[in-house]
Amino acid sequence: MQRRIVSLWFPRLAAERVLRAHPVDAPFALTLTERNSERIHDLCPRAESFGLQRGMTLVHARSFCPGLLTRPADPDADQRFLRLLARWATRYCPWVGLDGRDGLFLDITGSAHLLGGEAPLLDDIRARLARAGLSARLGLAGTPGAAWALARFAEGIAPPGESLSRLGPLPLSALRLADQTCTSLERLGIATVSDLHNLPRATVARRYDADVLRRLDQALGATGEQISPLQEAPGFAVRLTLPDPIGLLDDVMAGTRRLTGHLCAQLDKAQKGARMLRLTLRRVDQESQAVELRLARPMRDPERIAALFERGVGAVDAGYGIDMIRLEAVEIEALGMRQLDRAQNREKDSLDDLVTQLGNRLGLENILRFQPVDSHIPERSFTLVPAAGSPPAPAWPSRRRRPLRLFAPEPVIASGSGVRQGGEPPPRFRWRGRSLTTAQAEGPERITPAWWENDDSWRGGLRDYWRVETGEGRRLWLFHTPQAPRAPGWYVQGEFA
Amino acid sequence: MPQTMSLKFSSVFPLKKARAHEVCGDGALAFAAISAGLAQGAVVWVSEHRQPVVNPEGLLPYCDPGRLLVTRADSQNNVLASAETALRSGAAGLVVGELTGPIGLTEGRRLQLAAEAGNTTALLILPDGAGSNAAETRWRCAGLPPASALSQRQISPPQNGPDSTRWRWSLIKNKIGTLSEWIVGWDAAAHRVIVVSEAGG
Repeated sequence: MQRRIVSLWFPRLAAERVLRAHPVDAPFALTLTERNSERIHDLCPRAESFGLQRGMTLVHARSFCPGLLTRPADPDADQRFLRLLARWATRYCPWVGLDGRDGLFLDITGSAHLLGGEAPLLDDIRARLARAGLSARLGLAGTPGAAWALARFAEGIAPPGESLSRLGPLPLSALRLADQTCTSLERLGIATVSDLHNLPRATVARRYDADVLRRLDQALGATGEQISPLQEAPGFAVRLTLPDPIGLLDDVMAGTRRLTGHLCAQLDKAQKGARMLRLTLRRVDQESQAVELRLARPMRDPERIAALFERGVGAVDAGYGIDMIRLEAVEIEALGMRQLDRAQNREKDSLDDLVTQLGNRLGLENILRFQPVDSHIPERSFTLVPAAGSPPAPAWPSRRRRPLRLFAPEPVIASGSGVRQGGEPPPRFRWRGRSLTTAQAEGPERITPAWWENDDSWRGGLRDYWRVETGEGRRLWLFHTPQAPRAPGWYVQGEFA
Repeated sequence: MPQTMSLKFSSVFPLKKARAHEVCGDGALAFAAISAGLAQGAVVWVSEHRQPVVNPEGLLPYCDPGRLLVTRADSQNNVLASAETALRSGAAGLVVGELTGPIGLTEGRRLQLAAEAGNTTALLILPDGAGSNAAETRWRCAGLPPASALSQRQISPPQNGPDSTRWRWSLIKNKIGTLSEWIVGWDAAAHRVIVVSEAGG
């Protein structure tokens, strides 16, 4: 089948994108700082009628047109918008590629008849874009090169086999050549495409770089040219629009359940699992409220996901009623097939669900697990990691006996018969307003600070730890700092219950 | 209270399943750690941010720290709500809640109902006298001074031998029986509580 390509050019893409969102009734331009001054990036036809053009400095432009309104340009947003248009263009054909920063190629081979032929297709595109506030120029030909040339220089359709006759009278820049090459050819009196085509190929190839002939061949179809369709990130979203608004929790949940079923079927087909879901509920008054669900583990089980949404949906204010529900899997992860009916799996699943439920209330970063750390400093011998996505520590290394509760060291007031130097725990001391007596003490266990780490709490140098059983029944973990720069002291750092 | 019949320790400990229990006193943390060690399945440990988290190395003789799901909440209300969620889901074997303030009858009863619904045991660590009337049992735990306390101070080198710690566990509320108290110790090798003597029986 003869290949047919549409080239779509948006001459004012950047300006029209901004004007769509913020319409103004004045000459309008976008500015971008280039080469040390603010220059016009894009502008509307009304501004152009004042003699402004792209690349002009803003100061210069203002002298022509004092009433010019400007906004800073955002080229990245323009590119995102172009990608959006590319996605929209897939309504005409499945094969759409980007062309530079302001154009699209549509390979409509075999799909023109769906809209009643090529001319109605172009009319449809033009009408829809005009309604969206975008001016576009279209060219239709057998090759991307020829379509590109038509879009820029002579809008219209080149029927199959007539590329050369339509392209012939166009200037050389229609061939996507560098400006320098065009100028140099024009100096030789070669002004149009047909002039170039009529030259003997060998002489052109000898005098100019290969690009000239390649572009010519691409335009006329002698050399193939690929259009790379955009790789679309797989999106997983489903929507339910209701004829009448609903407001009861049960109704909304029934809708949600229906959506999760569809979404999970999609995920299942792609072998993916959702990690984060967003349920958007649009009310009749166009307000929309979103319920977000972060899962502890990728999942695609509709029943369980729906059940986890229950709490969030209950908190939504339905107002005059909800008429649209949209469910989107915002974050997805690969999730392969899994054997389901095993008791152990079920137990793990229910614990993961619990992590999700608690995480939705407190934040997933507050649901933690202990992991051992290889450190001899007692307060640093463990760490807490989020439970979502981390397996439990396989085996905890066995170390010396440590208190059940560790806290920041609290100084104690030692009293009693003479505090011996560097020695044994004081026979009597006051801690947290209670006076305690040492009945039995085990120690010392000497722990030196990690010199390679700069830790303020270990400024006092090495510590001699004692396990002290008090005559009052409490078992405390005391330490003494014999090398402390100021007076050596006794501190409580933990309690063995 | 006059005691007519001595209560068997094994009838009240390990804690009755699917019920809410409370513990207070200096030795409450050890009581919770031992209960966690004796429970089946995962243990959800809910506490507030401002409290230091339980030390996993200290937990080691009683319970494998890897089984713990440590949940940090920003207020007592969230501690209670998270504990209720965890109880109701039935995914854990024991839910431990560390509270700093008193709880009312409503909160206590809600936890009790959630424990029944999820067939999970709840254990609240509370300050003295802060419990609610909805609890199945309430315990007061305190460490006992070493036997030699009265005679003379003993200093010994660090040991890694079995723990000779003794606690006095007093059952101060029991919905379905009489009250009593015991002197107990923990046998890490056999992984069980040993009753040294029935103090108040």
